Amino acid sequence: MQGLVPTATDGNMATEFHNLQELRHSASLANKVFIQRDYSEGTTCKFQTKFPSELESRIERTLFEDTVKTLNNYYAEAEKIGGQSYLEGCLACATAYLIFLCMETRYEKVLKKIAKYIQEQNEKIYAPRGLLITDPIERGMRVIEISIYEDRGSSGSSSGSSSVSGSTAR
Amino acid sequence: MSAVMITKKVRKWEKLPGKNTFCCDGRVMMARQKGVFYLTLFLIVGTCSLFFAFECPYLAVHLSPAIPVFAVVLFLFVIAMLLRTSFSDPGVLPRALPEEATFIEMEIEAANGNVPAGQRPPPRIRNVQINNQIVKLKYCYTCKIFRPPRASHCSICDNCVDRFDHHCPWVGNCVGKRNYRYFYLFTLSLSLLTIYIFTFDIVHVVMRSVDNGFLKTLKETPGTYPFNHSPKKTTVLVCFFTLWSVVGLTGFHTYLISLNQTTNEDIKGSWSGKNRVQNPYSHKNIIKNCCEVLCGPTYPSVLDRRGMMQEDSSVSATPAAPSSSPSSSSSNPVTQTTKTTAPLIPNEHTPEDAKPSIAASAEKSCSPKEELPPDSELPPDSKVPPLASPETDAEASIIKDKTH
Repeated sequence: MQGLVPTATDGNMATEFHNLQELRHSASLANKVFIQRDYSEGTTCKFQTKFPSELESRIERTLFEDTVKTLNNYYAEAEKIGGQSYLEGCLACATAYLIFLCMETRYEKVLKKIAKYIQEQNEKIYAPRGLLITDPIERGMRVIEISIYEDRGSSGSSSGSSSVSGSTAR
Repeated sequence: MSAVMITKKVRKWEKLPGKNTFCCDGRVMMARQKGVFYLTLFLIVGTCSLFFAFECPYLAVHLSPAIPVFAVVLFLFVIAMLLRTSFSDPGVLPRALPEEATFIEMEIEAANGNVPAGQRPPPRIRNVQINNQIVKLKYCYTCKIFRPPRASHCSICDNCVDRFDHHCPWVGNCVGKRNYRYFYLFTLSLSLLTIYIFTFDIVHVVMRSVDNGFLKTLKETPGTYPFNHSPKKTTVLVCFFTLWSVVGLTGFHTYLISLNQTTNEDIKGSWSGKNRVQNPYSHKNIIKNCCEVLCGPTYPSVLDRRGMMQEDSSVSATPAAPSSSPSSSSSNPVTQTTKTTAPLIPNEHTPEDAKPSIAASAEKSCSPKEELPPDSELPPDSKVPPLASPETDAEASIIKDKTH
């Protein structure tokens, strides 16, 4: 009973994740879908855009494909081998890679963008539909994890949805 | 109420399952066996300090002061690369969480169909097409994942490592996707340093010989004389034996890089040409391959070793202190703690549970006014915010107190 008090206070502190946290608390986790990596073009980070059947009743196919494609574009940008990465690599090598102590790599910059994008997508599109995307970096870049939430019980359906809508309105 | 779950915050590296050691609160990551790494460090530092102490002064005076300066720069670069290789995450793939593991397990079962009892299930292999080549992905029973292409499980570190090259005891770490570049630069700079020191050892002897005569030099200068236990002999000997192995290793890795292969693939003969299997990762262009390996993107560690996570441990204790709910105590310091904690506890359940218990607590606290609780709860959108988070309940209790 008391063990959940600290988690509730955590939810207060991390205000930006507030409504996502509430979704986790108010609704029960029904299932998880894992979008696997697409290795057809080598080991660069790319995810399959195949639409999982579990999401069929939850979200439009185009919205999902849009998200995955945007993520893939971000990863392609991060792993692009070109003038900028050569410059970064040579500069870092010349300073014995000590420059990375005070400079962000391009990959890290893109990862921040990705984290922001995923949070935005979660708030705008996925959370209202009872879905949540987990940032692939938290799963070792192996999968995009999509959690499917369901309202608790049959009687609690109204209150569960109201709490979600209330949180998004705030 | 006696057993209380206490959530303790720990860094994620403390819970990583592999056989690694961590220093500096997770910043440094190495294999457990570090003896050979210390030997490497000792050999490099020892040889170089002998060189700086016994030969550099003479060379700086008689030849050029640039010689020790360049040696110092090279030495610092070698040490920086060694430490970078040893202390960084080689590209460890985190193990699958239970949900992902069951998901993969279900997929495997669906793919295999029903296996009759007593019959061995087919090997867990997934075929993927990479640049028009079929590559087999093997299932890792320890990490519960299908290993990505080029990844392999290191038995010493007990981790799957991406683009696994080999486990190098000399640097005390695996060499993989994230530190292969540093490893290569380490071997390259170390071979340059060894050649450099060895060359100037010889130059030193020759110059002294020209000055004094060869035999006299051998007797006079400590270390050059082979039957005299002295530092310079050590320098020459160490350099001589290191030279061949390190230069050979550098040459081997240069060859691998130009073909975009790993040591692991080379040993296994994965792309040896039989069955017309060719390396699907190679760009078929030596310069492009070198650029990719040495100047490609710097991959981030996916372990998040210094991230915080919560560890639940149930400890028997007295009911939660009011300090554990700072939001309620800060919002209304006037009200008694019993009043503030009472609506907080049921709130951990669904909101439906909260309503009657609040009503009950309100009835207990303000017995003469039974009609108030239903009034304050019925219009949720007018005054009271939705009963979702603890602070809203605290507000609700304030409202009740005020109306009371």
